[in-house]
Amino acid sequence: MSTSSAGPNPDSQTPKAPAEVGVSGSVTDLTPYLPPVGNEYDLEMTDPKGSAGVPDPVEVIFDCSDVEVHYGEHRAIRDVSLGFGLREVTALIGPSGCGKSTFLRCLNRMNDLIPNAKVGGHVMYHGQDLYADEIDPVQVRKRIGMVFQKPNPFPKSIYDNVAFGPRVVGMEGNMDEIVERALIRGALWDEVKDRLTENAFGMSGGQQQRLCIARALATDPDVLLMDEPCSALDPISTGRIEDLMAELKERISIVIVTHNMQQAARVSDKTAFFTVEMAEDEKRRTGVVVEYDATDTIFTNPSDKRTEDYVTGKFG
Amino acid sequence: MTGQRIADSALKGMRRGEKSDRRALIFDVLMYGAIALALVSLLALITQTVIKGAPDLSLQFFLNFPSRINPANSGAQSAIIGTLYLMLLTAVFVIPVGIATALYLEEYADKTRWWNRLIEVNIQNLAAVPSVVYGILGLAFIVRGPLGLGPVLLAGGLTLGLLVLPVVIIVARESIRAVPPSIREGALALGATKWQMVSRQVLPGARAGMVTGIILSLSRAIGETAPLLVIGAASSPRFNPSGLGDAFTALPIQIFSWTQDPNPIFVNQAATASIVLLGILLAMNGVAIVMRNRYEQRW
Repeated sequence: MSTSSAGPNPDSQTPKAPAEVGVSGSVTDLTPYLPPVGNEYDLEMTDPKGSAGVPDPVEVIFDCSDVEVHYGEHRAIRDVSLGFGLREVTALIGPSGCGKSTFLRCLNRMNDLIPNAKVGGHVMYHGQDLYADEIDPVQVRKRIGMVFQKPNPFPKSIYDNVAFGPRVVGMEGNMDEIVERALIRGALWDEVKDRLTENAFGMSGGQQQRLCIARALATDPDVLLMDEPCSALDPISTGRIEDLMAELKERISIVIVTHNMQQAARVSDKTAFFTVEMAEDEKRRTGVVVEYDATDTIFTNPSDKRTEDYVTGKFG
Repeated sequence: MTGQRIADSALKGMRRGEKSDRRALIFDVLMYGAIALALVSLLALITQTVIKGAPDLSLQFFLNFPSRINPANSGAQSAIIGTLYLMLLTAVFVIPVGIATALYLEEYADKTRWWNRLIEVNIQNLAAVPSVVYGILGLAFIVRGPLGLGPVLLAGGLTLGLLVLPVVIIVARESIRAVPPSIREGALALGATKWQMVSRQVLPGARAGMVTGIILSLSRAIGETAPLLVIGAASSPRFNPSGLGDAFTALPIQIFSWTQDPNPIFVNQAATASIVLLGILLAMNGVAIVMRNRYEQRW
């Protein structure tokens, strides 16, 4: 692993030309393609473009075009083309069964785990197609963190939960510091610093979810995918996680699936509205993106009637 | 008027209730009767064994070898040691093979493939095969046949291993299946490889169930008589097996051969050996309970 690079700093995001693969030797070695994992972020990281306070919409880290997912014969989503910007929060909203989570799981190749799932189209991450033959899904997941709907801590100590990612990835450095830094970033350190050896199952649901976020942050991913992270939590815990997202956004990109439109409006910079398209003949349901725009626009001045109906509560 | 009708129907209901109460009572009697029958016969068996066997239960019984010349000083050392060796050998054989098979079937096998389904069905069926059939298998393939080991300790351990392997696989699979999928997803989403996910999350999570199941399987193995008789365990040897290739006996075999003896002293010693075997089995079940309570994982 490269030691010289300073992490996923926007300046170093130009994808390496494919020709360099041959030079670096093994085709399965993804290091040339993807930004290194496990490097500390510069805590004083400044926006190189100097656009004070305004999320820079230009840097695109994910560029998806015509993504479609089949589960066996069934097509779950089609023609999803979305781009996600650096240090932006993007919300995916829409009625149940419209394929938001399915799409989210394409972004870190979690769909690979479902037998019969087939992903088509292109998911470009820093210019590299994540579904190219030479890409190892394990390497992808090291760089793109994920938080699930229901908190899923491991039945281990709080410390071991956070240290799991860095350990399996083989991160260098003092593990105590890595764990502490992750818990601080997950806004959990003050609550758990005196009981790091206790089992994570003894925490409250909201704490467990923040632990899962801290755990995902421990390997320093530059994207965090969140699949309805607050749907199992009470409003106070939800509020804490939303605050946390606002802090995390300073340094990483977040893609969040949510059923809660207020939440999407509160936390996100951009919003994509998905809906279900019914095939005429059968009961086949396919998810499509209706509209993708700045969150303000989606909620105040949507251009599509279906979006308007959804955000004003007429259906869904 | 209305009140009367309500009272009337309530009384009718009560009468109907009485009838179902009677049925419930009959069911209760039958149920407790069945439990009592089981418990009383077990108690009678144990009491009789203890009455017959307890007088001979001394340190000498553990230290001496079976003796036809001096029946009063006869003991069961070779059988006790043989049983412990057999248990150890069976464990060494069955734990890695059983867990590896269970992991393959649960985590790696593509269940849509016909050969994996065939393996599954076979394992389920093998678990129900009578133990004497495993004895015949051991005799044909391990003692004679391709392996040709002879009636030795290793052959006994392998035969008992084959006998309990299907049960160990089934128990291990159930424990692995009890680990929720969200734990697997969580591990993989953090960049773990499949093996890291399996070895660091699934196996530790399934540990309690596996350990319990393995201990109970081993206690079944050491209680088996038929397969060891068929493969030709020695009866009343005056030596302990000194290696894997040595002749051996085990407590059930010793008990069996003593009960066949016309000398009543030996019949009583069969009861003493039964107490020892029961003691070992109880101890193993106790260990299983302790392990389960200690490592059990609630999700």
